[in-house]
Amino acid sequence: MSGALIPSGVVTVAYIGAIVLFILALGGLSNPETARRGNVYGMTGMGLALLVTVFGVVTDNYMLLIVALVIGAIIGLTLAKRVQMTQMPELVAILHSLVGMAAVFVGFASFSDTSVHFTGVEKTIHDIEIYIGILIGAVTFSGSVIAFGKLSGKISGNAMLLPARHWLNLGLLLITIWIGSSFVEQSAAGGGTLSLLSMTAIALAFGVHMVMAIGGADMPVVVSMLNSYSGWAASATGFMLSNDLLIVTGALVGSSGAILSFIMCRAMNRKFLAVIAGGFGTTSGSASSGGGEDQGEAVQIDAVATAELMKNAKEVMIIPGYGMAVAQAQHIVHEITRKLRDRGVNVRFGIHPVAGRMPGHMNVLLAEARVPYDIVFEMDEINDDFPDVDVSVIIGANDIVNPSALTDPDSPIAGMPVLECWKGGTTIVLKRSMATGYAGVQNPLFFLDNTQMLFGDARESLDKVLGDL
Amino acid sequence: MKIGIPREVHAGEKRVATTPDVAAQLQKLGFSIALEAGAGVPANYADSVYAEAGVEIVNDTRELWSGSDIIMKVRGPELHPSLNIDELELLHEGQVLISFLWPGQNLAMLDTLAAKKVTALAMDSIPRISRAQKLDALSSMANIAGYRAIVEAAQHFGRFFTGQITAAGKVPPAKVLVIGAGVAGLAAIGAAKSMGAIVRAFDTRPEVKEQVESMDGEFLLLDFEEEGSGGGGYAKVMSDEFIAAEMALFAEQAREVDIIITTALIPGKPAPELILADMVESMKPGSVIVDLAAEQGGNCKLTEAGKVVVKHDVTLIGYTDLPSRLAAQSSQLYATNLRHLLTDMCPEKDGQLVVDMEDEVVRGTTVVNQGQITWPPPAPKLSAAPPPKKEEPAAIPQPEAKKPSLVGPILTFGAGALALFGLGLVAPPSFMTHFTVFVLSCFIGYMVIWNVTAALHTPLMSVTNAISSIIIIGALLQISSDETWITLLAGVTILIASINIFGGFAVTRRMLNMFRK
Repeated sequence: MSGALIPSGVVTVAYIGAIVLFILALGGLSNPETARRGNVYGMTGMGLALLVTVFGVVTDNYMLLIVALVIGAIIGLTLAKRVQMTQMPELVAILHSLVGMAAVFVGFASFSDTSVHFTGVEKTIHDIEIYIGILIGAVTFSGSVIAFGKLSGKISGNAMLLPARHWLNLGLLLITIWIGSSFVEQSAAGGGTLSLLSMTAIALAFGVHMVMAIGGADMPVVVSMLNSYSGWAASATGFMLSNDLLIVTGALVGSSGAILSFIMCRAMNRKFLAVIAGGFGTTSGSASSGGGEDQGEAVQIDAVATAELMKNAKEVMIIPGYGMAVAQAQHIVHEITRKLRDRGVNVRFGIHPVAGRMPGHMNVLLAEARVPYDIVFEMDEINDDFPDVDVSVIIGANDIVNPSALTDPDSPIAGMPVLECWKGGTTIVLKRSMATGYAGVQNPLFFLDNTQMLFGDARESLDKVLGDL
Repeated sequence: MKIGIPREVHAGEKRVATTPDVAAQLQKLGFSIALEAGAGVPANYADSVYAEAGVEIVNDTRELWSGSDIIMKVRGPELHPSLNIDELELLHEGQVLISFLWPGQNLAMLDTLAAKKVTALAMDSIPRISRAQKLDALSSMANIAGYRAIVEAAQHFGRFFTGQITAAGKVPPAKVLVIGAGVAGLAAIGAAKSMGAIVRAFDTRPEVKEQVESMDGEFLLLDFEEEGSGGGGYAKVMSDEFIAAEMALFAEQAREVDIIITTALIPGKPAPELILADMVESMKPGSVIVDLAAEQGGNCKLTEAGKVVVKHDVTLIGYTDLPSRLAAQSSQLYATNLRHLLTDMCPEKDGQLVVDMEDEVVRGTTVVNQGQITWPPPAPKLSAAPPPKKEEPAAIPQPEAKKPSLVGPILTFGAGALALFGLGLVAPPSFMTHFTVFVLSCFIGYMVIWNVTAALHTPLMSVTNAISSIIIIGALLQISSDETWITLLAGVTILIASINIFGGFAVTRRMLNMFRK
C-alpha cells in the first residue's frame, strides 16, 4: 500500500469534525427556521468525511471509486429531483434498503479481507460483529424492499399473517443464534462462508415476513423503524471496522429512528412490540366494532353547499389524511385556504401524528403546496379548539377522526388519541365511498347529525368547491 | 311529466308552491311546469318572472288541473270560491297531489282521494329522520312561524326589546318566555335574542336544553324527573304531577315576563292548555302572548284563532297564518322542500316520478298510492339514534393512570448493568472504547431528536437516512484491497451508498425549501 496524502491524525480530527456536524444537523432539524442550515451541516459533514477518507485512507483503485461515486450521484440526484412529494414514503423506504444492502456487502468484504488479523477474543468479537452487521443489514434490506412495495401499492397493504407467525419468528431467531455460534467456531478454523450465507438468507426471509405482517395503517412506524435499523447496521459495521465515525453516526441515526417509532406508537396509543408483531388492521376490528349494524344515515352535501358553509364560517379546520396524498389535492387545498383567508376566515390545519404513511407526511405535502407552516398545527395543540370551530373539513382521513376510539372500549383503535372534530359546528367529510379506513373500523362520525358527506375524488370535489368560492 | 301549480284558494293564504328559481331547477330534472295566472302575485312573484324561467302560464283553473300530471299546492284541497266546487273534484285518475294534507284530521278526504284513484303525498307526513331534513316542510314553516311570532309580538308590545341607557333614562330589556323549544321555539328564541331581549325557554324534553343554550337562551328546569320525549322527536303527554309542577313554574314566570310565546303541540291531540286565565290576569299590563298553537285550540284558552284580542290588558295574538305573513320567504323554502322531494323521487332525472314504497321517506309521505290508502305508515325507524346503548358511553377507557412503579425501571437497569458487567469481563479494551462511544452517541441522538417538531419528521428521516450512508466509509476502507472481488464489491457498495448520500441530501433540501411561513 502506497502512502496516503493525509496523516492519520488529521483523518481522526476530521472524523470528529464530521461527527459534530452530524449532531448539529440533527439538532438543526428540530425547528423549521434552522432546518435548512441543519441540512447544510449534514452535507458538509458527509463531504468532509468522504474527502479525508478518500485522500487519507484510500491508496488504490481511484478510478473505480470515482466512477462509482459519480454514477451513484447522478442516480441519486435524478431520483431526488423527479420524486413526487406524495411518493416520499416510498423513496425513503427504498433508500433505507440501499443502506441495508451496503451493510451486507461491507460485512462480506470485511469477512473475506485477510489483510487484517485478529486472534483470541478479538477474533471472536470481530466475527460476532461481522455476523450481527450482516444480519441487521439483510433484515433492513429485505424489510425496506417490502415496505417500498407496500407503500407504492405493488404489494397489497393488508397485513399478511402466517399461522403461528410468532413461533416462526422465534424459531428463526434461535436458528440464527445457533448458526452464529457455529460460524464463530468455523471462522476460527478458517471457514464459515456457508454459515454466513445461510444466515443472510434467513435474515432476508425474516425481514420480508416481518414487514408483510404489518398493516398499512402502521406504515409510519415501519418506515421510521427501518430508518432506525439502517442506523444500527451502520453502527455494527463501524464496530466491525473499528471505525468510531461509523459507530457514532450509526448510533445517532439508530436512536433517532427508534425515538420516532416510539413517538408514532404513542400517538396511536399502542405498544411498540404490538406494532412490530403485526396483524393490526385486518381481522380483530370487524367483530367488535359492529361495523355492519345500522348506524344511521349519512347526510350528503354537494360542493356548492360546502363552499357556502366555508364562506360563512369564522373558523375553519382542515384535517388532511392519506386520501389527500392519493388525490394529490394539496395544491387545491392551499388555493381554497388562500381564498378563505382573504375573506377573513381563519383557516387552520390539524395534523394527526399518524396521518399519512410516514411520520410528518402531511406536513411535507402542505409545505409543498406552500401552505404557511404557522397555520399548520399538531393534534395536541389544536384539539381543545374544536368547540370554537365552525366547519371542519376532513380530506380523506378516517381512523384519526373516529370518535369510537374514545367511546368504545372494544374498538381496535380504543384509546388512540383522535382529532375531536365532532365537537365543532359542522363537519364535512370528503371521501370516495363509505368504506372503512385502514383499521377496518366503521366510523360513527359519518352518521352524526352535524356531519355531512361529500363523496367523490378529493381533488375533483375540492376543484368544484374552489370554483364556487 | 307536467307539474301544475294552482293558485291558493284559502282565504288569506299568500304562499305559492314554487318560485321562479325553483321552477328553473325542476325543469332540469325533466319536468315541465304550468302555473295558474297570478298564483305567485301575493308572494311578490309576478307571472312574467315565472314565464322568463320557462313556466307556462295558464289562465283557466280547470285547464290547469286537468292538464297536469302532478299538482303541487301549499294548502290541502278545499272549496274553490269562484268555481264553487271542491278542489278534490278537479283531480283525475292517476294524478299525483303534493301538499299539506293533515291526513290524521282529514280521514274523509283520504277516502275521496282514494276513490279518485290518485296518489297523494302529504308534506306534513315526512318522516323525521336525518336524511329527510331537506324535505321537512314542517320544520321550514315552523322556523318562519317562530321568527314571525317575535315580529308580531314586537309590533304589539309598547316597549323596546333591548335594554338601553339613554340620556332620557334607563330602559329595561324585555323578558321573553318561550314555551316549547321545537323548531319554532328555537327560531323565536334566536329572533328575540337578536333583538336584545332576555329569553327563557321551557320544554318537557330535557335533551333540548343544549339546543336552547346554543341559541343563547336560558333553559328553565323543573325540579322534577320525567322523560318527556315521545317518538320521532316530538313531545308526549305528561303525568299530572309533572303538569302541576310545570303550571306552578308558568304562573311564577307569568308575573315576571313581558312576552310569552307558546309553541306546545302534541301530534294528533288538541294543544295542551298551559297558560290559564288567572296567569294572563297576573301579567303586567301591555304584555303580549303569541299562541302558535291557536289552530289546534291554543295553549292559552283566551286566544282566539286568527285574531288579535286584548283581555285583562294583555294582547293575545292567535294568528294561524304566520308563515303566510312572510309569503316570499316561506314560498321559497317550501318550494325548495318540494324540489328535494322530487329530486329524490326522480332518480333518473328524466321527468318521471317514481313512487318507491321501499324508500322510508317516500313511504312515510305517501298517504294514498294509486287509490290505496297507505296512511298511517309503519312506525319510522329511529335511525338517527345509535343502536341501543349497551353501556354508558361515559366509560371512557382512561389509560390506567398507573403510578410510575419503580420495579420496572429497577429491573431494566439491573439487567442492563449485569449485561454490561458480563461484557466488561470478556471484552478486550479496544472493544470497550468503541462501546463507550456507541452508548454515548445513542444518548446524544436521544437528546437531540426528542425536541424535533412533528412537522419535520419526514425531512428528519430523509436526512438521517442520508447520514446513515456514512457506511460508504467502510467500502472506501476496503476498495484499496489487493483482492479484485473485494475491490469490486466495495465499488458496488460505494455506488449504492452514494445514491443514498446524494439522493437523501438533495431530497431533504427540496423538502426544506418548501417549508416557509
